[in-house]
Amino acid sequence: MTRLISAKGLTKVYRRGNEDVWAVNGVDLEVQAGEMLAITGPSGSGKTTLLNMLGCLDNPTEGRLNVNGKDVFGDQKEMAETALTRIRRQLFGYIFQKFYLVPTLTVLENVQLPLIFYKNRAARKTPESLLSQLGVGHRIDHLPSELSGGEMQRVAIARALINEPKILLADEPTGNLDTRRSGEIKDIMRSLAQGGIAVVMVTHNQEMAHAANRIVEIRDGKIY
Amino acid sequence: MNIYSVAYKNLLRKKTRSALTAGGIALSAWVLVTLLGFNRGYEQSLNRDIDNMGFQVLLTAKGCPYEAATLMLKGGTGLRYIKEGMVKTVTAYPEVERVTPMLMQGVFDPNKGENGAVAAYLGVDALTFPPMKRYLEFKEGGWFKDNNAREAVLGYEAAELEQREIGDKLLIPGINAEVRVAGVLKRSGTQDDGTIFLPMGTVQTLFSKKGQLTALGIKVKKDTDMDAFENRLYDLPDVQVVSLAQVKTTIMGLLSSAKVIVLALALIAVIIAMAGVINTILMSVLERYGEIGIIKSMGAMPRDVFKMIWTETALLCSVGGLTGILLSLATARLSEAAIRRFLPYTPHGALVVLDGRIAGFAFLMILAAGLLSGLYPAWRASRVRPLEAMRAESD
Repeated sequence: MTRLISAKGLTKVYRRGNEDVWAVNGVDLEVQAGEMLAITGPSGSGKTTLLNMLGCLDNPTEGRLNVNGKDVFGDQKEMAETALTRIRRQLFGYIFQKFYLVPTLTVLENVQLPLIFYKNRAARKTPESLLSQLGVGHRIDHLPSELSGGEMQRVAIARALINEPKILLADEPTGNLDTRRSGEIKDIMRSLAQGGIAVVMVTHNQEMAHAANRIVEIRDGKIY
Repeated sequence: MNIYSVAYKNLLRKKTRSALTAGGIALSAWVLVTLLGFNRGYEQSLNRDIDNMGFQVLLTAKGCPYEAATLMLKGGTGLRYIKEGMVKTVTAYPEVERVTPMLMQGVFDPNKGENGAVAAYLGVDALTFPPMKRYLEFKEGGWFKDNNAREAVLGYEAAELEQREIGDKLLIPGINAEVRVAGVLKRSGTQDDGTIFLPMGTVQTLFSKKGQLTALGIKVKKDTDMDAFENRLYDLPDVQVVSLAQVKTTIMGLLSSAKVIVLALALIAVIIAMAGVINTILMSVLERYGEIGIIKSMGAMPRDVFKMIWTETALLCSVGGLTGILLSLATARLSEAAIRRFLPYTPHGALVVLDGRIAGFAFLMILAAGLLSGLYPAWRASRVRPLEAMRAESD
């Protein structure tokens, strides 16, 4: 299996007043292609901070991060924002609990939006085919406000997948969904991993976590 | 879908706010275009009025030069007279190509307007006046038979006002004299449209001004040194020399201070519109902080976000600017009527002249000012860090 993410001693320290808060403390983690990894743990344990660092959305205070063979952070050096953006758009897709769909754009336009900024020429799927595959092909002309929570999350997944990323990061992807919709999203995630994408998700949902190949539990910023 | 359609849809998100901002831009564009059009139109019309005089120098009895200028341009009544013999004296100057004498007289006409008004009659020489006004064409009839004929030639508007046609009698109130309409002029777009022309001898007789004139119109030969010629004319006793160049300079000078005030107002309007643009776009950026963050996480470079926000500014300014330009075209005649009410002297013809160059220049000015205003909000949006933006929205 291809190693896509390798983190060593990844640490994030926030300064709160006069106090240092160790949100993530020396985490070592590897993620392989086609793996579905669930990060679980209590609220405030550092799950999301770890996910953001793995996804190059946040800089670690210490540690090394290698993504797809490239050193992103290490030896106190960090990549410039432009270089990080390049890595993000070529390798990552992100989905969030709050969906973050653009309310003035239709479903189809929301999925087309990343293509304005970057188009992976190797990508084979069109926005329409992706939306159909995710079961929202009949809603392409609708605005996000006209969709259910499950449909909105499917659109967000389609948007994250439009450039065929190697890694999909999901922060509480079922946090706003009922049990049935959560089950549907879980199935989608699993099929994506089976298709070769590395899926890393932060979740409180036990059913979702148990669908993963590997579960990592984090407490007080450390992996147990 | 492209960045322009995304920017367009973003503007539609808060329709009222976008419309109000575009309205402010439209207002400033309207002021700017109208002012530029007025600058051009007034000067063009003044030049045309002066060119249509047919002569370059006016000789009047000594007095106020502004009164003389008014006499020339508006048809006022001169209070002082020069002797008819002056025609021969001036004609003898080697620089002079042609001289035409004029005698302006006015009487109170109780039937004119709602409360009566002064009706002016211009006595002109049947031999020398028509060759100086070659642009005048007759709708019907022609010039007087001779300088003592009891005839009148009516300008187009004067004929309309008096409701007279060729052959009709025209009563001169106050002196109870009647003249026959010998000709009606076509519209010329000059002050002659409102003038009633009478033969010189007839006016002198009817108004008991034998041997007296109010002005001499002098056409000089080509390549004449005007300053030297004017100085020589001042050697004549009790005359006032008014050159058309002088009149034009005086009027444009008087107008320039008004122009500065209007220009300042236009500038204030543009600055207010710019403040509106900054406010609208910045608000829009702050409201979409999380969304901009997610766009950046999708792979948008800072320059992409900058371009998107700047495109919104450009669209807003383009819509506002074009609306303002169309508004100024639609209201040009209204603006002109308003300007005529406030200015003491306005030349005949269009005062607000708009064309593609003025519209294009104003549009580019508005666009440039708008884009300048959009720099800060666009820069701020481009600096958004994805995670911080999403956190800020969650908070």
